[in-house]
Amino acid sequence: MSCADPSPDPIPDRTPTLCEVFAATATDGAATGFVLAQLGPGRGPVLWVQDRVSRREGGQPYATGLASLRGRPVEVLYLEVGRAKDVLWAMEEALGCAALAAVIGEVWGDPPALDFTATKRLALRAERGGVQAWLLRRAATADLSAARERWRLGSLPSPPAPDDARAPGSPIWRAELFRARGQVPGEWVAQHDPSRGLALRHHAPLAEPRRAAG
Amino acid sequence: MSGNVIRFPARLAGAEPDPPQPSSARSPRTTAPGPSGAFPVAPPGRRFLSLHLPRFAVERRIARLARRGSLLQATTPLALLAEGTHGPVVHATNPAAEAEGVHAGMRAVDARALCPALRMEEADPRGDAEALGDLALWCRRWCPWTAVDGTGIMMDATGSAHLRGGEAALLEEVEARLARLGLNARLALAPTRGAAWALARFGGARERCAPKDLPARMAPLPVRALRIGDGTALLLRRLGLGTVGDLAAVPRLSLARRFARAEPAENPLLRLDQMMGRLAEPLHCPDDPPCFLARAVLSEPVEDPTPLLPALSDQLCTMLGARGFGARRIALTIFRSDGTVARAEAATARATRDPAHLARLFDGRLDNLDPGFGFDLLTLGATVAEPLPERQPALDGRRDEGEDLAKLVDRLSARFGPRALLRPAFHESHVPERREVPVPALGPAPPVPPPAAGRPLRLFDPPEEVRVVYAVPEGPPAQFVWRRVTHRVTRFAGPERIAPEWWRDRPGTRLRDYYRVEDHEGRRYWLYREGLPDDGRGGNPRWFMQGSFG
Repeated sequence: MSCADPSPDPIPDRTPTLCEVFAATATDGAATGFVLAQLGPGRGPVLWVQDRVSRREGGQPYATGLASLRGRPVEVLYLEVGRAKDVLWAMEEALGCAALAAVIGEVWGDPPALDFTATKRLALRAERGGVQAWLLRRAATADLSAARERWRLGSLPSPPAPDDARAPGSPIWRAELFRARGQVPGEWVAQHDPSRGLALRHHAPLAEPRRAAG
Repeated sequence: MSGNVIRFPARLAGAEPDPPQPSSARSPRTTAPGPSGAFPVAPPGRRFLSLHLPRFAVERRIARLARRGSLLQATTPLALLAEGTHGPVVHATNPAAEAEGVHAGMRAVDARALCPALRMEEADPRGDAEALGDLALWCRRWCPWTAVDGTGIMMDATGSAHLRGGEAALLEEVEARLARLGLNARLALAPTRGAAWALARFGGARERCAPKDLPARMAPLPVRALRIGDGTALLLRRLGLGTVGDLAAVPRLSLARRFARAEPAENPLLRLDQMMGRLAEPLHCPDDPPCFLARAVLSEPVEDPTPLLPALSDQLCTMLGARGFGARRIALTIFRSDGTVARAEAATARATRDPAHLARLFDGRLDNLDPGFGFDLLTLGATVAEPLPERQPALDGRRDEGEDLAKLVDRLSARFGPRALLRPAFHESHVPERREVPVPALGPAPPVPPPAAGRPLRLFDPPEEVRVVYAVPEGPPAQFVWRRVTHRVTRFAGPERIAPEWWRDRPGTRLRDYYRVEDHEGRRYWLYREGLPDDGRGGNPRWFMQGSFG
């Protein structure tokens, strides 16, 4: 891949809002890493809500691993609920609590409860409460949603580790921003940068070439 | 100079502390007060009921075993063990064990040698003490002043006996009620605490002692009935004083001299005076635990409790505020008009008396309460309350973020159950699933797991077995199938060997060799091989998927 110069950051300190992240495959850790890289320096715990299928299929968050990616302990509150409706209820309830660093919700598939109205409520509450909300979706189609940013995330083969050519190096992801309010969509190679949080390198601009092709 | 300034007023006031005295001629002032001395005399006409529970710990354990469904035969010898300096020691026994020669204070191994059929259980002295405190409060059904007194209960039954039809009837009732609880009690009623204590332990069954019979009844009791320690009792016996009567016959002055330096609780003269009513010994009773219960009595049955909740919650919080308490656990009880009772409970992460918050804890939880033909009484009580002093919030009007978080924890736990909202608690272990153990977020905050290199972001619990398609002798499989998807391994790092924890795992647990692998699509996983090909702990090693990396 040709690594161009670092692009101007498409997410300069984002005001708290609702972002949706679609995982390419159910077991891919890229979406988790991407969300975690952007947690920000805020103190306070992260509320992590999962429905039962997400927990079984995607695994449960492991605080030691989260901490080793962030480089410092991460306080997590897990909530495991039965249905997508409960995930949305809990997220909405939690977004009013300014003591949280972020609220991460995982929903499996396309439940009817997760419609445009539900996402709009979440987005408004996140903006009013000042708490960043992430909606992690697996096995889902990207239909109507009021999320302010919508990403599609997948893993990319990592560069070799510096001291062991056989070993996987630092993880890189393919991050595609396919819908955003006030930003140009695009596709990037993303990476966790311990100093800045998330580093995006321009990979392939998405919007213009496709339009030109079509 | 400053010494003079301090000493003069003290001397003038006559409050000079006794200097170390070479002779004990002056000491009787503090240790041997006469009936007309400076010390208060016991008020006449009091009646104390002493309750001696000789086998409280054992009986409590038997009742607990019975609740769990394992009934213990009366002929089964049972001993409760406590930790001693040199291994476990018998703490309490039942009569069957005592008949076999097992007694408290004996080493557990000796007891086992004496009686091989002895059933041994761990003692719970703290639980016993709490249960005894609860029992003392329960005893307030007979008289208002009750307190724990050593290993028994002391009740000031003055003026209460006639309510139960006289003293004999009272004693019989107390004994019968305790027997129904499975407790074997010895009771005595006497004009002083000391006498009641002595008669309950050394007297007959349900003994009553009138004030005029006191000296005569006390005289034949052994000196241990004076509530003194074994050491002092032994000393008295060596002096030839075997009974209370012997001791009472000794001139006061010589007794006072002999025990001038004794602790008050070990001083036989002081104890004798207390027993005979020459020295007042009031009963210090703990307050009734506060009871916070708000109720709404309705003139007509209604079907939906929700509109009544805010008012009830307000009422409860006013009660809590008046006493300086906050609720940790609340229960809403609904009494239906047909006589059945429904109950909903909620807990809070920290004590609170915010009415709106308490009312919100029942959001969405009253829908599945079946109202039947309606209900006519509704109570909201704080079943667990903690002192919560008034606090001034920040001057700039900012809200306390910790409190916000606690309220969120309450609401989520109330809605989804206390086991749904969890926090990882860090434990020193290399086994990944033991390194962090989820604990309910309602409890105190556990230690946060620190970072560790090479650990995945997500854990599959339990680990899922993968099918190896193409194995290589060293390292992870070159190709494996997991969840019906074939993964081709392109890169890997490892192994990282994690040995079983022999002090916890069952014998035969196999070690694990962990590999970080990356497949052909760039997905990174955490695989492990369980065991080695020839470790003698099962067949071929198996491969498991335990986590995924970012």
